Amino acid sequence: MSTSQANVVALEDRRAPALGGFNLTVMRIEARRVLRNRRAMLGTVVLPVAFFLLFGLNSAYASDKAGHGNVSAFIMISMALYGAVIATTSGGAMVSIERAQGWSRQLRLTPLSPIAYIVIRMLSALVLGLTSLLAVYIVGLATGKPSMPGYLWFVTGLTVWVGSLIFAAFGLFMGYLMPTENVMQVLSFVLVLLSFAAGLFVPLSQFPHLFREIAAYTPLYGLNYLVHAPLLGQGVHLSWVISAVVWLAIFAGGAAWRFRLDTKRV
Amino acid sequence: MAIDLRAIRKNFGAVQAVRGVDLAIAPGEIVALLGPNGAGKTSTIDIVLGLSAPTSGQVTVYGMTPRKAIERGLVSAVLQTGGLLKDLTVTETVQYTASLFATANPVRDVLHRAGIAAIADRKVAQCSGGEQQRLRFAMALLPDPDLLILDEPTTGMDVEGRRAFWAAIRQDAARGRTVLFATHYLEEADAYADRIVLLRQGTVVADGTASEIKALAAGRTVRATLADAREADLLAIPGADSVEIRGDTVLIHASDSDAVARHLLTSTPARDLEVTARGIEDAFIALTGDDAEFGPPPGSPVGAGRPGPAGRSDR
Repeated sequence: MSTSQANVVALEDRRAPALGGFNLTVMRIEARRVLRNRRAMLGTVVLPVAFFLLFGLNSAYASDKAGHGNVSAFIMISMALYGAVIATTSGGAMVSIERAQGWSRQLRLTPLSPIAYIVIRMLSALVLGLTSLLAVYIVGLATGKPSMPGYLWFVTGLTVWVGSLIFAAFGLFMGYLMPTENVMQVLSFVLVLLSFAAGLFVPLSQFPHLFREIAAYTPLYGLNYLVHAPLLGQGVHLSWVISAVVWLAIFAGGAAWRFRLDTKRV
Repeated sequence: MAIDLRAIRKNFGAVQAVRGVDLAIAPGEIVALLGPNGAGKTSTIDIVLGLSAPTSGQVTVYGMTPRKAIERGLVSAVLQTGGLLKDLTVTETVQYTASLFATANPVRDVLHRAGIAAIADRKVAQCSGGEQQRLRFAMALLPDPDLLILDEPTTGMDVEGRRAFWAAIRQDAARGRTVLFATHYLEEADAYADRIVLLRQGTVVADGTASEIKALAAGRTVRATLADAREADLLAIPGADSVEIRGDTVLIHASDSDAVARHLLTSTPARDLEVTARGIEDAFIALTGDDAEFGPPPGSPVGAGRPGPAGRSDR
């Protein structure tokens, strides 16, 4: 048995990292991971862009007036929201994949605090959401069809991005509830349903009354109205804000609850 | 103490995985936690690392909570269950981990020490089980930990991978690091540990050096040529446990083989004396088998719940 401690780091010099281990190197690697993931890119960038090209350029209605802009701009915002929601949900749901793969357990052998881990996941989700949003807007700009005042591009884009935080929390919550690697297959399906219920693909006026009544209580409903409000210029309903805030609280609260169980148990 | 466990119990529902383990490991020791599957090795290690909280009992690592010790980079571990992100490269994985510590060894340095510098750019998904295990080892080296914990580190490796892995560990341990490893490979415990702690059904059944463990379980067998021996006479020799007589050959299983040999050579006409130890394999089976009726011989230096010669000097 060796008694000499050859290690250079003295006990009193050892310290815990700042910010619970959160740092930019991790964010850089996380961003690279996301951009390298072809399947994620297909679902969160290629698909919303394709939907915009398919529905947003139809000359039968694309140039019709819609508030301060035209229908093409309206559809572009819808598809950007759809893309951002898919992106942030899958970003949040990465926790379930990382739990299933055992990476979260590996991280618990490092100084990374559980809160810092969640912050990293949420920020990566937002980076992915922004990528999706920008892709739709840039393609929209390139086609020249969507028309609205310059500041509305910025305002609607920002509303979509900030609003997609609700779905980052949704993804996180679902990720903790369903610890499997294929959680996104389930969630993509759920998101398509929610998108229909929010009137994101087809105007809700085309659905029966009962469906519309129920739809008003689904998570994407209020947010969908909110992101289009600046373009339509007809003011903001309090019920939309309440819907968005309440769903954010539900998802964030649910994620926090599962997260606490998770760190206590394992 | 690097590790100090006192009266640790861990229940999973009705299952008692750990039933009152006391274990103190001093800095610089290389200790094997040996036992069959289900003996409580992994549960014990999880408690030392703060991955799970004990149902009762106290655990300190360098005098602090396990989590604090990990945050400061005092302790790191290579676990069977620790997953890796398959879409990262080997280097990215180590960079990622390195960035989480307040201070860390250079990435290139640990890749080299773990013997994976040559596959630095490979995707984790394309690494073999052994390479992934050495990657985990590289990650564990990042904070230059005082204590390194390995849970069945070579499970699933082929002979070559196992040899390479232990070569890396051994080279590293020469720097004075404290190492605790769990294994059910007897030869690994025998070959690499200064001290073996034998677990069985959640309790420590033996604690000592490899040769002490062997002697404890099996004793030694003294074989001699002795004509007209009588069983009762032989059993009366102090230290003899059981006797077998085959013609002129006598076989005496003894907890104290020296005393038996001395008696045979000085008080009887016995000749052609041979003293053999049973392998550690037999010791292991004898100590950990469910039907083992085991109690330490009186005066034995090692035994269940008693301090091993290498540890517990502070209690």
